[in-house]
Amino acid sequence: MKIVAIDRQGKEHTLEGRDGWTVMEILRDGGLDIAAECGGACACATCHVYVNDGWFEKLPAPSESEIDMLDMALAVEPNSRLSCQIVCSETTDGIKVTVAPE
Amino acid sequence: MTAAAPIETDVAIIGAGPIGLFAVFELGLLDLKCHLVDILDRPGGQCTELYPEKPIYDIPGLPIVTGQELTNRLLEQVKPFNPQFHFNEMATGLEKLADGRWKLSTDAGTTLIVPVVVIAGGAGSFVPKRPPIPGIEVFENAGDGVGVHYAVRKMENFRGKNILIAGGGDSALDWTINLAPLAKSLTLVHHRDGFRAAQHSVNQMRELEAAGKIKFHVASVKALHGEAGKLASVTLAGADKSEWHHETDAFLPFFGLTIKLGPIAEFGIHLNENLIPVDTAKFESQTLGIFAIGDINTYPGKLKLILSGFHEAALMSQAAFHIVRPNEKLRFQYTTSSSSLQKKLGVS
Repeated sequence: MKIVAIDRQGKEHTLEGRDGWTVMEILRDGGLDIAAECGGACACATCHVYVNDGWFEKLPAPSESEIDMLDMALAVEPNSRLSCQIVCSETTDGIKVTVAPE
Repeated sequence: MTAAAPIETDVAIIGAGPIGLFAVFELGLLDLKCHLVDILDRPGGQCTELYPEKPIYDIPGLPIVTGQELTNRLLEQVKPFNPQFHFNEMATGLEKLADGRWKLSTDAGTTLIVPVVVIAGGAGSFVPKRPPIPGIEVFENAGDGVGVHYAVRKMENFRGKNILIAGGGDSALDWTINLAPLAKSLTLVHHRDGFRAAQHSVNQMRELEAAGKIKFHVASVKALHGEAGKLASVTLAGADKSEWHHETDAFLPFFGLTIKLGPIAEFGIHLNENLIPVDTAKFESQTLGIFAIGDINTYPGKLKLILSGFHEAALMSQAAFHIVRPNEKLRFQYTTSSSSLQKKLGVS
């Protein structure tokens, strides 16, 4: 399964997703510049991404705590998500995300 | 800042997170006294700032403990050693003195003179998040009550000003409520019509809005405008992407804290991708007398786990002892059997 990620410089990376891993973990291990300060606890909003090309609507809705935590993210858009809360699975194969500005 | 008299002690620890706290314990067993500097207003570092209520499951012997509980227990454990804390202070300068000791200074004017410095700074200093608006830095430090501010030090500075606040957390709402009575006008913007703040704050804000005392827009700040660093207006964009001009004297973004390495990068210590390379026998940096433990260091096989930092603190302490007490022999003892250690801990 693939994750297409656009970094802050606008460069596109195609990463191999892993079932059950979070998109944040794949981005981090793929060397993208993503702080993920709290390590995936939905507690810092530094793994903020935009979910592109219709993928936002295909994802399960964000939890109450993720919606709350997005209040601490910068430059939030209607397609904003915290990548530590998106779990890779067959339904996310090919998902396209853009790392939000710092 | 007024410079207080320099404090001479054994060890200065940068960072009062779990690893800095446990270092106090290990150093304390060896009779080394510690002062700790932390930019936050309380101990615990990331554990209390980011996830005080989240359970941690991989602390040996504590099957489940929250960040706050772990911090409380560490504080209890180091209490016999009477560590001195310098909170709300950022370690800003480090220089070597002629006698071989180090002079560590903070932005609050504290000076520590020590043979050993231990950097337990995690990923760095917690600093306010800066919105990614082009040129925002030009309007920072513009003076009292005008331009961009990430904190309110004196409310009085904002009297009679047109104020724009951005954010949806407790800080954004608290300052909206507190500054509204003295502002000429106050506008709050947030990306959604909902807030993660305490409900009574949300209610108070809604009442102010209903009474016409503040304005609230679901919008975000896209651009700042002004001549020569003097903020005059901003461009706001609504949820429907429509943009409009909004005049303001001050812009106060409240998006919480993030972690930046900060002045440690300027200390002259060898860094590798914002981490301090250390050896795995002493956890000393490439600068003698400067140690690095916890998330801020790197070595082959490093795992950023609290338990790794605890181990690093113990080994670092042995090496630090030889620097602080060069003419003394280090006696390796166990807390279970050593009556002298138990005396230090106040249990015998």
